[in-house]
Amino acid sequence: MQAEPAPNPRELIQPGRVHRRAYNDPQIFEMEMERIFGRAWIYVGHESQIPNPGDFVSTRMGRRPMVMVRHSDGEIFVIHNQCAHRGAMVVAQDAGNTEEFVCCYHGWTYGTDGKLIRVPLQHGYPGHFNPDDPGTAMVKAPRVESYRGFVFASLAKDGPALTDFLGYMTTSFDDMIDRAPDGEIEIAGGVFKHAFDGNWKLYLENLCDAAHPLFVHQSSIEAAVEQDDEVHTDGAGEVAVRQMRQNGAPYKFWLEEVGIWTYPNGHSFLGDYHDDEKLVAAKRDPVFAEYIDTMEAKKGVGETQRILEVTRWNSNIYPNISFMSQFRQFRVVHPVSVNRTEVYNYSFRMKGAPEKMFEDTVAFSNVTNGTGSLVLTDDLETYSRIGIGVNAGGAEWIEVGRGYETDRPGENGGVEGKDSTSEVYIRNMYDAWLDYMSTGEDAS
Amino acid sequence: MDRIADTDTESFLIHEARILDERRWEDWLALFADDGWYWVPIEEGQKDPKQTVSLMYDDRRLLETRVRRLAAGKLHAQSPISRTTRTVANVTVENEDKGKTIVRSKFQMIEYRRDKQRLFGGTQWHSLSAIDGGFRINWKKVELVNCDSMMDGLSVPF
Repeated sequence: MQAEPAPNPRELIQPGRVHRRAYNDPQIFEMEMERIFGRAWIYVGHESQIPNPGDFVSTRMGRRPMVMVRHSDGEIFVIHNQCAHRGAMVVAQDAGNTEEFVCCYHGWTYGTDGKLIRVPLQHGYPGHFNPDDPGTAMVKAPRVESYRGFVFASLAKDGPALTDFLGYMTTSFDDMIDRAPDGEIEIAGGVFKHAFDGNWKLYLENLCDAAHPLFVHQSSIEAAVEQDDEVHTDGAGEVAVRQMRQNGAPYKFWLEEVGIWTYPNGHSFLGDYHDDEKLVAAKRDPVFAEYIDTMEAKKGVGETQRILEVTRWNSNIYPNISFMSQFRQFRVVHPVSVNRTEVYNYSFRMKGAPEKMFEDTVAFSNVTNGTGSLVLTDDLETYSRIGIGVNAGGAEWIEVGRGYETDRPGENGGVEGKDSTSEVYIRNMYDAWLDYMSTGEDAS
Repeated sequence: MDRIADTDTESFLIHEARILDERRWEDWLALFADDGWYWVPIEEGQKDPKQTVSLMYDDRRLLETRVRRLAAGKLHAQSPISRTTRTVANVTVENEDKGKTIVRSKFQMIEYRRDKQRLFGGTQWHSLSAIDGGFRINWKKVELVNCDSMMDGLSVPF
């Protein structure tokens, strides 16, 4: 029996539609791991997770387990979490501090730069065995760069600089950081780890989808609209119920008040859709008033106004992150297999902001991104149903053509939708996908 | 203190588990005090539901919304529904103070939905007040043994 020939990625994309093999073909998935996750800048962590020399966190690049570690001289390395000897995972903890990494199996020992520094009981290796060979190591990602604390790595030796890769999307990171009165943010408040039986691409395809809340989240919108506001709350429930109601913004609002903007390399952001005075606008919230006072004292009135006038909802950085600055949520997507995906959802704390604002961040995270939330559970169900759909025999093509005829050039490069419900951000991701996938060689 | 609970207390927990298995969501809500809360931490030994995220953390207002969504039966995440079976055991009284009794118990819940069966287990804590010949729940905390694991969505409360 002959193996099925490898599909040609170019044949899977047509104007406004994508072949379902992009979502269900294990060979396509393997190509993606090599050509996208083995090549692009991949977010691996935030510097606040490793403030001191020797600090490390476990992370991933595609399916490859990595460790992000701060070396004794302060440099950040991202090293493959695998022993060069017999292949065991070396670092078993999620995070910690160490001077060296020691493999449990035969004690091979590595520095925090990944270099092999000791082979105990070394005996009779063949002539080609060279402990100083960079390949005999917890191999480093060849390139690591940070943008204002956000650390990315690439498994390709050559490629664009991180700021060139991010392009105009650096302004979304700026928006996240500049909102902190002290100009710094840190990962805090735990992490959600949730999974679904569907392809990794589905996640970012939903995070800027302005047309889905009225349908996917109907059950939580209706339950929240009917909620009696006189009932006891300690604050958490109030944030949650208000956010669920916002998901029910009328369709007219999505058409007229919200936009969608895309940029090269597959990135995009969705405009904000909140008008609740206690949530993002928060003009009448006493805690937010205190925050604005602090911002104005530290940054001046004009700069504070400039910062708070940026109203973006989710920003997608292709291929693996989606974040939103207003409640400081940050999701990292990890492909597991063609029909299985894991997502880590982090929260950030703004340094110098009133403490209560972080409580609101936690409450917001619970309701929108929590594994047991009233909102996310319906998204996860939708991804799984797509997983079932594209793996069944049936329609060959997936339609992503919404807004195709009316998209237009945007102000800062890239393409924008006529209104927020355009699927332009999906087509834009497929433009990047095809660029990566049709460049033949495995660069990793 | 950790003494074996009396039969009234144990019966209440068994009754609650049965209500949940039978998806009588509004009856479950009625067991909670007007300022009651329900908490499923995401970290072992998590001290606080305010500074760290939780698998579920509902004050009374959010708990009402959660129950209303479940009872309305329109949520995609429960189409089809989950069938569950819960077992409660090892019930002990840990503290009694000012009419509030802290009860600790072990539970297991099997959930079956769309060809997948999941097993949850852990320790649950109830703060109970005796009212009108029965109990009201002041708060309930559910410590899952796998609280920090990678999970598919959780639609059904424990």
